[in-house]
Amino acid sequence: MAWLRANLFNNMFNSAVTLLLGMLLVYAVSHLWGWGIHHAVWAADAEQCNAARGAGACWGVVAEKYRVIIFGRYPFEEQWRPFAATLLLMALLLASCMRMFWKPWLAALWLGVLAVFFTLMHGGVFGLSVVTTDQWGGLPLTILLASLSVVGAFPLSILLALGRMSALPVIRTLCTVYVELIRGVPLISVLFMASFLFPLFMPEGFSIDVLLRVLVAMTLFAAAYLAEVIRGGLQAIPRGQYEAAASLGLTYWQMQRKIILPQALATVVPGIMNNFISTFKDTSLVTIVSLYELTGSLDLAVNSDPNWMAYKLEGYLFIAAIYFVFCFSLSRYSQWVERQVNRGKAH
Amino acid sequence: MLTTTLARALAGVTLCTAVMLSLPVQAGKTLDTIKSRDQLVCGVNVALAGFSSADSEGKWSGMDVDYCKALAAAVLGDASKVKYVPLNAQQRFTALQSGEIDILSRNTTWTLTRDASLGANFVGTIYYDGQGFMVKKELKVASAKELDGATVCVQSGTTTEKNLTDFARANKLDIKPLVFEKNEAATGAYHSGRCEAYTTDASGLAAERTIAKNPDEHLILPEIISKEPLGPLVRRGDDEFFAISKWVLNALIEAEEYGLTQANLDEKKTSDDPNIQRILGTAEDMGALLGLDKEWAYRALKATGNYGEVFERNVGNDSQLKLDRGLNKLWNQGGILYAPPIR
Amino acid sequence: MSFWRNQKIRGWLYQLAALLLVVLCVAILADNTLENMRTRGIQSGFGFLLQPAGFDISESLFGFESTQPYWKAFLTGLGNTLKVALIGIILTTILGVLLGVGRFSQNILIRGLCLMYVEIFRNIPLLLQLLMWYLLLVEFLPTAREADPFLGMFLTKTGLTLPWFGDMPVKAGFGIKGGINVSPEFLALLLGLVIYTASYIAEIVRSGIASVSRGQHEAALALGLSRGQAMRLIQLPQALRVIIPPLTNQYLNLTKNSSLAVAVGYPDLVSIANTSINQTGRAVECIAVIMAVYLTLSLLTSVLMNAYNRRAAIKER
Repeated sequence: MAWLRANLFNNMFNSAVTLLLGMLLVYAVSHLWGWGIHHAVWAADAEQCNAARGAGACWGVVAEKYRVIIFGRYPFEEQWRPFAATLLLMALLLASCMRMFWKPWLAALWLGVLAVFFTLMHGGVFGLSVVTTDQWGGLPLTILLASLSVVGAFPLSILLALGRMSALPVIRTLCTVYVELIRGVPLISVLFMASFLFPLFMPEGFSIDVLLRVLVAMTLFAAAYLAEVIRGGLQAIPRGQYEAAASLGLTYWQMQRKIILPQALATVVPGIMNNFISTFKDTSLVTIVSLYELTGSLDLAVNSDPNWMAYKLEGYLFIAAIYFVFCFSLSRYSQWVERQVNRGKAH
Repeated sequence: MLTTTLARALAGVTLCTAVMLSLPVQAGKTLDTIKSRDQLVCGVNVALAGFSSADSEGKWSGMDVDYCKALAAAVLGDASKVKYVPLNAQQRFTALQSGEIDILSRNTTWTLTRDASLGANFVGTIYYDGQGFMVKKELKVASAKELDGATVCVQSGTTTEKNLTDFARANKLDIKPLVFEKNEAATGAYHSGRCEAYTTDASGLAAERTIAKNPDEHLILPEIISKEPLGPLVRRGDDEFFAISKWVLNALIEAEEYGLTQANLDEKKTSDDPNIQRILGTAEDMGALLGLDKEWAYRALKATGNYGEVFERNVGNDSQLKLDRGLNKLWNQGGILYAPPIR
Repeated sequence: MSFWRNQKIRGWLYQLAALLLVVLCVAILADNTLENMRTRGIQSGFGFLLQPAGFDISESLFGFESTQPYWKAFLTGLGNTLKVALIGIILTTILGVLLGVGRFSQNILIRGLCLMYVEIFRNIPLLLQLLMWYLLLVEFLPTAREADPFLGMFLTKTGLTLPWFGDMPVKAGFGIKGGINVSPEFLALLLGLVIYTASYIAEIVRSGIASVSRGQHEAALALGLSRGQAMRLIQLPQALRVIIPPLTNQYLNLTKNSSLAVAVGYPDLVSIANTSINQTGRAVECIAVIMAVYLTLSLLTSVLMNAYNRRAAIKER
């Protein structure tokens, strides 16, 4: 009672706001309940869905099309392969989030898992049929693009951040120009470049898979933003650390590797996670250059079938929920790390 | 600093070596490239029923796809040795220019600008098309001239966009074009009612109508506002491959003229008609002139059948689209399909 | 000390090597491109900007005719980009600040709703949100022919039509004539950008306010100010110094994100450039134009920002 009074009804104005918002909330929730759950059609039955149109959601579209939404154009019988490959990659991501796995061999593990991932997806060995990259799609592609581009961007961004703080003016300028150039333009123009222009930059007969080109573009893009995050961490290191390291007679690289980077990176783990979340969301843009990741494969699934075309909204909500689950848990993790880091500092 | 520089040097050297290593592939040797990799790389539409579309197992079919098969059969002896690269409207020309694909067979309209400035050569016309409009019947529109004040959905990156503008100007109509990056977005907006009409090539309209929920609710207006000769393109600077591509198309058309079909091909091998003998390579060796063997056209026809068969199977009466052959009839049957003689 | 052990000389050598490598790689790529264009007869250059565009643009600030040259088409696209960006920045600032301040409300309902808003809209890709808004607008609104005016306004599949100085919109032909029309493409893009960016701004404002020490708040209350006054007069102005730099970043992000317009058919700069690529085949030139414009915009913003920062920096006494 006292809690209610303190938090909801402590004065006239607040009481009025509470009542008004409460009423709106009840109204919205009851309608959403009615549309999304009570009157909704759960079976993959287009006729039932049609009958319930306007009154209830048609989750049947998800029941009917989830294989295409999640796996895109990947051949139907072979879809256990992307399923297994994605599970593996997600397990590795999860492991990489735990402190006890932050060991040098984690990098080797990444290489190993990626090799297995590509073998499973592409096939051509161990009796697996070949599935070319233009048939890859859906959630596996989203996770692949997001994790590979951040993992690839990481070393590059450390170099860029160090370069931007370097005492050597040419190196500093080059790194600054790169970072500001990339940060100044929209991702979509970088993707256009990778998709339409890159082939022109290469000599004839030298063609690179479009998936790889897009992956490189996303990596280069993520690196510029990540470099700024890491630079923030570097700037937070007190000068005394540098001076102490120098007085010990360490070389530049010894100093960075043993003293500066470990401290700087530990403070920016939340920033790195946020960068990962942004990259994860940014992967949805590759649908504009005709790669069928989660957003694109939903279009593919729903647009090709006139019976279900009308229930695109339900499809969008379904993939929005998938994105939300990933991004929300990542952001929670990042907040948890932030608290750990702060607690570490307090000691 | 050493490691940064080293890392950079390494990356640079790798890039540069990769670049150098790939240099020996010369322009003008498309045929050799195709033969050495034992595969034809063919750029096709992402999804256009009747022209090129992939089923759930990734098997491609359609007129544009059949042409690639015929070409692969003629050049490599096997119609299945094709890699299909699905391309959207924006990617198609650079993919061809850069050598990512050997041939672009993606319902592309032959225009002067494209022929002259894109570094590509049009092989011929595989389908004579024209741009039309589709509207919902409930709008009670009977002619495109009644579209004053209407919003029309169109896909970007097509000749269609400019034709629409020209048509509106010529007829003093106020037509608002609504341009979408992807064709699915354009048709989606049309179906949702955002646009009164959807415009594209007439064959595309028919394809869209057949997959609509209730095809009877949509009407394709009688006006055809443009000429859209659709055909494949090859890169400039390789006359040898250009000629092969041209004559594979011509062979498909000429085979129909002489009554050669997929089914009767083997029994016609003994025919004494010199025209048929030339096509099937039973008398003169026409293939040698193209840098191929005698049976190039035989294999192409065996793979896909003649032009008429390709048409009927993919867009004609044997397909869902049920398009009339119209202009695409042979010249001696009232159409404009006229292949130069194989002799 | 030998020549190679001299730190300074070594540093310069490294720099020279790095510079040479970058120049070399750029040169090789440029050479490849030019060679490719030459051997295949691809025409290049910015001359096409002077030729008539030949396509129409569905909305423009100053009117655009298909007979006008390409550079005017680009300008129209830029105008549309700036239009959505400016209106978006104003609206998202208002919404974001309200949401951020709401996190400090005494009312738990307001606090909870603000938190929920931020978590939901930050964790769903903007492109998906745009597509959803557009779908909602064009799928579920009535067509112009079925619509009834509400206070003289129409909200239909053709967008929002408002009366304008006595020019009342009326139904005519396929759509609605008169008044001023805001297209659903613009509305969807604006809604998406505003709602998405506001979730970030809310967080910036919240942490900005949180950075102002609690004593300031208590002192203000002790002076007899109400909670609202304390927030408006004491806490927010002090928080501004922390808020402004990341806020500008968000403004830039919003402007860059407006390039997603292509997905919903709004003719912004990128969408016009895209059409031009297809009509002319000048991909290099058109993408160069996009990048140059966005770079200029972000440079301009950072120049303005730096000037502001210098003025707003804490003056130590």
